Amino acid sequence: MTTSSTHTLSVLVENKPGVLARIASLFSRRGFNISSLAVGETEHPEVSRMTVVVDVEDLPLEQVTKQLNKLVEVLKVVELEPGSSVQRQVMLIKVRADAGTRSQVLEMVQMFRAKVVDVATESLTIEATGNTEKLRALLDVLEPYGVKELVQSGMVAIGRGPRSITDRALTKVS
Amino acid sequence: MSDSSSAAPSPAQMAQQPRPKTPIEVTGAQSLVLSLEAMDVDTVFGIPGGAILPAYDPLLDSVKVRHILVRHEQGAGHAAEGYAAASGKVGVCMATSGPGATNLVTAIADAHMDSVPIVAITGQVNSSSIGSDAFQEADIRGITMPITKHNYLVTNAADIPRVIAEAFHIASTGRPGPVLVDISKDALQARTTFSWPPRIELPGYRPVLRPHSKQIREAAKLIAAAKQPILYVGGGVIRSRASEELRRFVELTQIPVVTTLMARGALPDSHPLHLGMPGMHGSVPAVTGLQKADLIICVGARFDDRVTGQLSTFAPDALVIHADIDPAEISKNRKADVPIVGDAKAVLADLAEAVDNDMEAGHGGDYDAWRTRTAGWKDMFPLGWSEPEEGQAPLSPQYVIERLGAIAGPDAVYAAGVGQHQMWAAQFISYERPNAWLNSGGAGTMGYAVPAAMGAKVAQPDRVVWAIDGDGCFQMTNQELATCTINDIPIKVAVINNSSLGMVRQWQTLFYNERYSNTDLHTSADGERVPDFVKLADAYGAVGLRCERPEDVDDVIRKAMEINDRPVVIDFVVHRDAMVWPMVPAGVSNDLIQVAKDTAPQWDREESEAIEQAEDADHSGASADQTTTTAGK
Repeated sequence: MTTSSTHTLSVLVENKPGVLARIASLFSRRGFNISSLAVGETEHPEVSRMTVVVDVEDLPLEQVTKQLNKLVEVLKVVELEPGSSVQRQVMLIKVRADAGTRSQVLEMVQMFRAKVVDVATESLTIEATGNTEKLRALLDVLEPYGVKELVQSGMVAIGRGPRSITDRALTKVS
Repeated sequence: MSDSSSAAPSPAQMAQQPRPKTPIEVTGAQSLVLSLEAMDVDTVFGIPGGAILPAYDPLLDSVKVRHILVRHEQGAGHAAEGYAAASGKVGVCMATSGPGATNLVTAIADAHMDSVPIVAITGQVNSSSIGSDAFQEADIRGITMPITKHNYLVTNAADIPRVIAEAFHIASTGRPGPVLVDISKDALQARTTFSWPPRIELPGYRPVLRPHSKQIREAAKLIAAAKQPILYVGGGVIRSRASEELRRFVELTQIPVVTTLMARGALPDSHPLHLGMPGMHGSVPAVTGLQKADLIICVGARFDDRVTGQLSTFAPDALVIHADIDPAEISKNRKADVPIVGDAKAVLADLAEAVDNDMEAGHGGDYDAWRTRTAGWKDMFPLGWSEPEEGQAPLSPQYVIERLGAIAGPDAVYAAGVGQHQMWAAQFISYERPNAWLNSGGAGTMGYAVPAAMGAKVAQPDRVVWAIDGDGCFQMTNQELATCTINDIPIKVAVINNSSLGMVRQWQTLFYNERYSNTDLHTSADGERVPDFVKLADAYGAVGLRCERPEDVDDVIRKAMEINDRPVVIDFVVHRDAMVWPMVPAGVSNDLIQVAKDTAPQWDREESEAIEQAEDADHSGASADQTTTTAGK
């Protein structure tokens, strides 16, 4: 019984040149679809953390994690379940807003606890943070005013509770 | 002991000394050669060029490392593979940047598919020029990322000893494979220090060798409960040097065995429980044994499409125990009921112990009926061939290869190219020891044989080494005959010359209405000899012989066996319509195996008898639905 769905993987890697290319090329040559990717250093500068959202069935997902683990520079691969983790994306939206519509747009911004980061006579630029569903909903209500430009970051995610996957990965290492 | 005085010692001087624990001053190039010496490298196959040039200077002084100058970098790569596959040690090849490096790519991909431990060292343009499309620049690290186990770009000379040590460690441990080390020219020229051993830093690399005892117990349970178990043995058993453990397990359990193309020789072919090779051109007992099994014990194999045929109909009634050192192979193609991650040697030893305990406790499996049945298939369906018809060249390729195996014997090394001759060499030579059979399995690289044989002969100079090659394959890499002649590497080459790209021609015969599009090589048919392989051999300083009649085969092979001061090439002119049988056509169920064109095995009478015997011996209720269709006419 395989189900097609999105999975969020946290991949701890050695912070070395070329490691992003190595992981991206693994996904593409094995035919796995990345729907989002975010990379950055962790609290340990020698370790980077990639949050990869993949759209695969369960059985191929097992292949994804096994193939990732085979890479010499990969330290640890953890799947983060939506229920037990916090998942966030940042979106910047430039939306059409003149004197006539500005107050309505601002109302939407408040409802979604988003922020206005730039104002011009004909537009507002809004910064919003959240999970995919919340950002999708915000976009839906802004669409009628005219979205002029949109940019979004990859998803980042962290497990809930006191446990740290980087701590555990690094104790294994040293 | 250390010598940190002003002038850097030559590698030759260094070789006389114990390894320096205290750093000594050297160039990056010297550090590279010292590192190779410290890794006990005795042979490097390669070709110099601009970017790698600094490394070749101290190499000239090394008394430990013998550099063999090949004629094409692909030859260096396959020679390193042949060296590694014959000896179990890490093979080393070296090339310059750009085209030198890209010429290694085929061999690296080949080593990746067949898990061959090699280290490829390439020169790279100066680090300040990287990314500028400089002369002979190629991003070989990027190019080889998908076909190496790991690879490195070194731009700091101080990293060289560590990277070389890591490269050898990664190549040779866990699931073996190729590692590429790309070193920029300025790093080779820079002043640095060398000390040994370096600190290996591989926090993300932890291959699992010891199998989990719970999985071993689960496997033993399935083995005890099975009625029709079969051992599906792959190249992992060869790489892990687990033949002795395999033999003990087989003798303890009395379970029939198949060995894949990569595992020929893992169990002696003469062993009574050996059913032969499975797969597209496997023996009927091996293919049928897997199809009818109720338990497959897979060790170091990967359910490759050439073994399983149509995956959904492969071994439909079998539970699967899958043991592999690479967790990603387990359940990749066929779902495993009991997955075991571990080294084949340890897995087979632990499994034998667990089964032995069960047997002593009176819980052993009983496979007598199954064994009788599989042995019956061996009698019913021996490998064979049909002789050429009147008017065709009178020599059968299968006969040549069978005689070659009989005369050269089990101690020789056989390296094959890819195609019909490879399949016949896998079928008709009796392999009695591991590492005697070298071939390109996963990648199917034409041109593998001659350079691989050269590498094997360098690794094991006391063994007779035969390259069994096709007329197509031979023309892809025969320039290494020059390397062999000049460097006193007396390999023997049997060119199975059917004047065609034979396997492609076979498919055209079977599936393309005998429309022979671009498979005629003009190397023997109708008296054309372009090129004339005897003259070609002669031109390379090798001995060229030709054989065109069955009655001359033994004599010409014996004559070649007597020549040990030069390479020998025998041009065996064979008939071009010989085909590889048995065959499972691509993409269909292995149940549709054919023993000859449009001929399915005739099971009916004999198999029913075998089943009756089986049922008499054991009321296991072996299925009686053995009717197989005879396709076509």
